[in-house]
Amino acid sequence: MKARVTVTLKAGVLDPQGQAIEGSLKSLGFSGVGAVRQGKVFDLALEGTDEAAARSQITDMCERLLANTVIENYAIEISN
Amino acid sequence: MKSAVIVFPGLNRDRDMIAALTKISGTAPAVVWHQDADIPDVDLVVIPGGFSYGDYLRCGAIAARSPIMDKVRERAARGVKVLGVCNGFQILIEAGLLPGALMRNTSLKFVCREVKLEVTNADTAFTRGYSNGQIIRCPVAHHDGNYFADAETIARIEGNGQVAFRYAEGTNPNGSINDIAGILNDSKNVLGLMPHPENLIEAAHGGTDGRALFAGLLDKVA
Repeated sequence: MKARVTVTLKAGVLDPQGQAIEGSLKSLGFSGVGAVRQGKVFDLALEGTDEAAARSQITDMCERLLANTVIENYAIEISN
Repeated sequence: MKSAVIVFPGLNRDRDMIAALTKISGTAPAVVWHQDADIPDVDLVVIPGGFSYGDYLRCGAIAARSPIMDKVRERAARGVKVLGVCNGFQILIEAGLLPGALMRNTSLKFVCREVKLEVTNADTAFTRGYSNGQIIRCPVAHHDGNYFADAETIARIEGNGQVAFRYAEGTNPNGSINDIAGILNDSKNVLGLMPHPENLIEAAHGGTDGRALFAGLLDKVA
């Protein structure tokens, strides 16, 4: 099994890196970009086949390490 | 007065901190490597600045999860004074010993310069060498010092006197909410701050404004 964890800043948390990327996209001539929010992606290779157990374990990983839940949200996708 | 300095791989201000504690207290601190099993019996535990674990994942995140931090947490719960400077502040925040988060500076730039600090709460073991409202000079050197917390947390820590230092006179180098430069835990025995008081303690540094933090603390815990 594989899992992808996406960590993004919560709404309302200032994202100066996202703003800088947005400015750079505009300076490259890309129009119609309203706002850019940047984040992180973690790809995990997992042993075992129990998806529910994996989701529970990855949730624990996110809460304890992968995300700072004061400022970040996380989303978990699991695939075979 | 007995102190200990916790060292993680990638810190680089540990020697400055050890020198400051030695000069001001007259006793060299115990140096505790992150893999050591425990912290000696001390009155003050200090986590200095630097770039623990290369700032991978988030500043302070990896160090905050190392087993020695469970020992720091135990000491803090027993009322032992804990001080985190710069990366040490980030580690205390990531370890949950202090509220909020430290984010990338709004300028996106690493800022290395001197700022002015206002002493916001002089009624603590860490700040008793200063007076309320006193403006002091202090160097900063960081990329992620932009203090953030939700509105409820900010209201709570402001109301509870947990803001120890604020950037003063328009010198906020990182965009932190309410110009917050250093905060205390609820029981005021844990302080984290981004500026480096250990780098302004003798004439050769160009000033001694940082000295009172250590001097006041050492008096208190002696």
